[in-house]
Amino acid sequence: MSEIADKVKKIVVEHLGVEESKVTPEASFIDDLGADSLDTVELVMAFEEAFNVEIPEDAAEKITTVKDAIDYIEKQKVA
Amino acid sequence: MFRLDGKTALVTGASGGIGSAIAGILHAQGARVVLSGTRESVIQQQADKLGKGRAFVAAANLSDAGAADALVARAEEVAGAPLDILVNNAGLTRDTLALRMKDEDWNQVLDVDLAAPFRLCRATLKGMLRRRAGRIVNIASIIAATGNAGQANYAAAKAGMIGMSKSLAQEVGSRGITVNVVAPGFIVTPMTDALPDAQREKLLGSIPLGRLGLPSDVASAVLYLASDEASWITGSTLHVNGGMAMI
Repeated sequence: MSEIADKVKKIVVEHLGVEESKVTPEASFIDDLGADSLDTVELVMAFEEAFNVEIPEDAAEKITTVKDAIDYIEKQKVA
Repeated sequence: MFRLDGKTALVTGASGGIGSAIAGILHAQGARVVLSGTRESVIQQQADKLGKGRAFVAAANLSDAGAADALVARAEEVAGAPLDILVNNAGLTRDTLALRMKDEDWNQVLDVDLAAPFRLCRATLKGMLRRRAGRIVNIASIIAATGNAGQANYAAAKAGMIGMSKSLAQEVGSRGITVNVVAPGFIVTPMTDALPDAQREKLLGSIPLGRLGLPSDVASAVLYLASDEASWITGSTLHVNGGMAMI
């Protein structure tokens, strides 16, 4: 697992207070990890801060799973 | 009841009559209080008077968007603690009949009285969300509900503040954060002191409780909404106006 994936996972565990084993790539923040809409906003802001990237609103809306977040950040970091 | 020991509060517009009363009562109830205002020497004097190692100063000119954004971080830095309570009290007026009102008069009032409180709420909420607790009290005005000739800008800003507060209250309620409004009526100020007797009588005649409000009347309402005791009240507007408008 990449460094980015590890960090994303850690942030999700911290913010949502869920067990690490549940944070699989396919896990949906809302459907599987019990997040509400405010949690997802907080997660996106935490990603922005941790990875020093800006995630615009339209991109943020599409980040619904752990994998979505990892893919988006990896793409930003390569670019 | 209404103790605020261990809590940290930021009060904007703390150099004015109402603002200094609010800062004073929060401090008296045990809070660490950061006083903000444009006149640094005045708020420094007030902070010195409050003392007890629990009064701090963070000067800011809220007509500058960047200053509003930076104020929360600065306040937390000087107080050495995250904000539990935000009181948006700073405001200004540029009164004139609408036909004579310049864009500048409009924009300046909307910037300081509405946009700056929004920015301060946004910046403060970030930490409050993480800590799952917080109190925001926004100071509006009776004018928000009644309107007032010559104050189209001020009425719009203060009515906007009420709508904003209700929206924020819905957004953050699930995290135990409350957002409420205190709407003062006519409060004793140097301006009301200078009113001619006839006008003064007329004004008093429109207030069922028969007197003008004191800054402490407003401050008590703020204290209540900032306290743990008000934990089931959010999105509300508490009118403190001697009965002048029963809404």
